[in-house]
Amino acid sequence: MLNRGQAAVALSLPTLPANRGLSLISGIRARHVAVLVSLLAFPWFATPFFTFQIGAQSLALGLIALSLTFLGGYGGMVSLAQMTVAGIAGYGVAIFGAAASADTAISLGWPWWLGVLVAIAIATACAAFIGWLSVRTEGIYTIMITLAVGVAFYYLCLQNYSVFNGFQGFQRVHAPSVLGVNLRDPLPFYYLALFWSLAGYFFVKYLLRAPFGIALQGIRDNPRRMNSLGFNVTAHRVAAYAVAGVIAAVGGVLLVWYNGLIGPGSVGTSWLINILIIAVLGGMRHPIGPFLGAVVFVLLQTFAIDLIDRERFNLVIGGVFLVIVLFSPDGLLGWWAGIKSKVSTPRGGVR
Amino acid sequence: MNKGWKWFWSVVIGAPILVFVAWALWDNERLFLVTFLNGLTLASLYFIVAAGFTLVFGLMRNVNLAHGSLYLLGGYLGFFTAQATGSWLLALAAGFLGAALVGLIMQVSIFRFMQGEDLRQTLVTIGLSIVIADILMWIIGAQVHQMDAPAWLSGPLRDLPVIRAYSKYRLMLLPIGIAIGVALWFFLNRTRVGMMIRAGVDDRGMLSASGVNVNVLFAVTFAIGAGLAGFGGVIGAVELSMVPGEDVRLLLASLIVVIIGGMGSVVGAALGATILGLAETYGLAYAPTYSVVFTFVILALVLAFRPRGFLGRPA
Repeated sequence: MLNRGQAAVALSLPTLPANRGLSLISGIRARHVAVLVSLLAFPWFATPFFTFQIGAQSLALGLIALSLTFLGGYGGMVSLAQMTVAGIAGYGVAIFGAAASADTAISLGWPWWLGVLVAIAIATACAAFIGWLSVRTEGIYTIMITLAVGVAFYYLCLQNYSVFNGFQGFQRVHAPSVLGVNLRDPLPFYYLALFWSLAGYFFVKYLLRAPFGIALQGIRDNPRRMNSLGFNVTAHRVAAYAVAGVIAAVGGVLLVWYNGLIGPGSVGTSWLINILIIAVLGGMRHPIGPFLGAVVFVLLQTFAIDLIDRERFNLVIGGVFLVIVLFSPDGLLGWWAGIKSKVSTPRGGVR
Repeated sequence: MNKGWKWFWSVVIGAPILVFVAWALWDNERLFLVTFLNGLTLASLYFIVAAGFTLVFGLMRNVNLAHGSLYLLGGYLGFFTAQATGSWLLALAAGFLGAALVGLIMQVSIFRFMQGEDLRQTLVTIGLSIVIADILMWIIGAQVHQMDAPAWLSGPLRDLPVIRAYSKYRLMLLPIGIAIGVALWFFLNRTRVGMMIRAGVDDRGMLSASGVNVNVLFAVTFAIGAGLAGFGGVIGAVELSMVPGEDVRLLLASLIVVIIGGMGSVVGAALGATILGLAETYGLAYAPTYSVVFTFVILALVLAFRPRGFLGRPA
């Protein structure tokens, strides 16, 4: 009931465009500035290890998870194939461009910018196709179908040697040097990842208040009503998959440059599910959630070795995920909101 | 779809298949028939595993993504039981009961408290599948385990026409699958509990209102569904091998089977398993690098024209 009310309020928002620019500026709080400044200053205080392994990896994974948050949290479609879309973009970068990975005869050796653009375009088209397949069914069917698509792509990469180079995949897929700046170095790569993450974040923020985003949230809450209001539900959903596909594809390009390689293991089931874990861990109610989740995930992944056996990372992350899903369905953001409301109403009465 | 379109599509889809069958029979009839038998027997295993999956979904709307983990758990339990007692039948019982018990615990301790929250239940099953898979790997290790077929089923069956010899155990999968299917049909259509389950699939609220203890029914169904996965695990432990990763493979197979056949329909699971089993084995035999693509094309075609699968009904 609450959701419908929210949608109705939200629906009336875009009719007041004059206020929007103003509210964007007046909406900036001290904490936003503080977060942005600390993100920008982070690599100047942190070691290159932290900048690259923790910072850049979290941003790349967060960007891919952001696409899932957009689809799942605002479109109501939880897709497990977002890592597949990112992987298609990664494979595209390796296959079309990447003169550095001369160890296979498959790479075409196009200029890097052309390869990246084509890879993102192909990944977006694939995302739209996956969306077109899965929007024909609803709710939890979506999870199953996207999981089936994702695992099928994994097996295709594993078994096909003529295009995907089978089990080996592609090694030495490195970021290029642009204008004398080697994007492989931790500092430039961090800023590259930060730029695209911020771009993705604000793009999603903007889109959610644009007519398209409002309609999408309306469709999430009540597709039948939106349909009778004259909105094309299927078209909006497929478009949402395509938009999420662009975000995931950019994240995929960043991730393949970060890892320096791509293979079936990068798009296997565990990674399909890891993206879901990151998104759910952070919380799907706000676009900052996936980045939060990614930081926690990467920290756990990096330092779980010190706590327990390296081999048992899956147990730790699976356990954390279970605890979050069982006790805080809105993820860390939900936790944060809970603490905040408790602090602001100390006697714990009315919210 | 009107009659003309039906004709059109059956020709478009059927004609290439007929041409392929004719060519393959003419080219190498032994390979074709052996592949056919391989496909049917694989389908039988897929059916046993997917039937449990679809049963649970049909009644509870719970997409149990830990189903593959239960399969692997059953397989390991069967393997160690067979090692200790030397009896294949005991191994089957251990696989079924062990997986059923784990399923029962899952239903009673977790899913009971989140009824109606489909998405959250699914997320929990994902978490459980990660945890179970990792615990199994911790205890048992990542090496390949393979069970021996019982003595009376080991070795090939000789002197068959055309195909000459075929594995006895593999051939036995077919009657086992059919027996499970018939038993399940009998259970669902001729027993009181089965009647309740069917009523619950149609309308959960009404069933509960007419005085049936839905919680007990859910627990029983979940246990049977999980038990079937474990049962399939013991059967698959001989034919396929048990190694971390098999759980995902069987989960994917179950997903595709029920997407093709229709969620919640046991007959649909049989149909979907037959299609998937045949498509996979023929793909592997005739075009190894692209066998996954066939499966995927079938999945896409079914979703495009029958979004709920062949025998699925609106949720």
